[in-house]
Amino acid sequence: MSTLQFIWHNQSQVLALTLEHLWLVGISMLLAVSIGMPLGILVTRRPAFGKWILGTSTVVQTIPSLALFGFLLSSAWLGERADRLAVTALTLYALLPIIQNTCAGIKGVDPSVREAARGMGMSDLQLLFQVELPLGMGVILAGVRVATVITIGVATIAAAIGAGGLGEFIFRGLAMVDNRVILAGAIPAALMALLADFLLGRLERRFRYA
Amino acid sequence: MTQENDLAIEFRGVSYRLETGPFLLEDLSLQVRRGETLVLLGRSGSGKTTTLKLINALLKPTQGQVLVEGRATSDADPIRLRRRIGYVIQEVGLFPNLSVERNVGLVPRLEKWSAERTGARVQEMLALVGLDPGRFAARYPGQLSGGQRQRVGVARALAADPPLLLMDEPFGALDPLTRAEIQQEFQQLQQRLQKTVVFVTHDLREALMLASRVALLEGGKLVGVYTPKEFRSAPNPIVDAYRQAFETAPG
Repeated sequence: MSTLQFIWHNQSQVLALTLEHLWLVGISMLLAVSIGMPLGILVTRRPAFGKWILGTSTVVQTIPSLALFGFLLSSAWLGERADRLAVTALTLYALLPIIQNTCAGIKGVDPSVREAARGMGMSDLQLLFQVELPLGMGVILAGVRVATVITIGVATIAAAIGAGGLGEFIFRGLAMVDNRVILAGAIPAALMALLADFLLGRLERRFRYA
Repeated sequence: MTQENDLAIEFRGVSYRLETGPFLLEDLSLQVRRGETLVLLGRSGSGKTTTLKLINALLKPTQGQVLVEGRATSDADPIRLRRRIGYVIQEVGLFPNLSVERNVGLVPRLEKWSAERTGARVQEMLALVGLDPGRFAARYPGQLSGGQRQRVGVARALAADPPLLLMDEPFGALDPLTRAEIQQEFQQLQQRLQKTVVFVTHDLREALMLASRVALLEGGKLVGVYTPKEFRSAPNPIVDAYRQAFETAPG
């Protein structure tokens, strides 16, 4: 039986795990964007404090993912449920590219546009929402795209702590020494990453200005 | 002696420097009369742009006071102050994500004008700077030439009808032909509108063409204030250096 046949025969399970995977990634990205973007803005406004934010999120990024899942397992509220834990770990992983790119997007706004906006009497908030965020959105979305692709990959490890997702097939295949089972998890995860990359890339291009 | 209420802008012993570093402007006292075009002339680093930015409170004086319409800028709300001052810079600084129409209508919208009033004003402003609203309103800055972009910049600065207009080498990046065209148009425009204009340039020809008075700056200090006629004959070594540089300059 080939890999494709295996996937075909187990289509309902593949679909269920794909949806579970999508859910883990979706919630994590939603959280990461809603935490990371404000933090990125804060970095541009308070550079001294910003160094700490960037430093901490860089350190988090360097923790091997399997180890991070393990560390979080021992904490009280998070350790109770596997999906809670997985979402927390994935969110932490996704933060760095989002914070960095939010920061870069804002800093990359043409200084003359910023000066003109100030000179016309825009308040700080107007400058942020009407100038800096719209003009930096392409770069910010590039960060979201990178973070999403990483998260789709890392989320396969969530199966190691019982949070489900396409990693289930991968770990099962590893245990059974059966490449077909591994691929039944790896192929949908790779397709998901490619699709996310493509769609977010298209969105990103809409924010490119001459 | 000029009457107090004839003054649009007054510098009283103004110095400016960054927290650490030399003074970029030293003990400047200068008066700008209502409706005149005062040109700040000087070489790079002479303090022209610093002087301009002190007027719309993009910079705060280290010493002394800047009065705009009789009120110290240090006491005014900078946002409200800037909404009453048009600001045009060399790089223009149009918002690349907004159409020409939305760029020009920006300050009226910030000031919460109605959509109809803003729309009518945008049409009027575009026509004023010689851009056909039908052709240009929907375009984006990336689709305009340098000269067109700067016209939009002037239209945007005038949109909310500010009594004051600050211009920082607005025509400096344009090719010589376009520059001459737009200088002439601006001169005619200014004769019609009678705004108070403070205009920064290092181009003596431009200064003498547009100015009612020229304030010459050198190394952060005011050399003197001259009418164009006075400037042509003033017995001052720095003034003389300018005249010579432009007499011998080609073109």
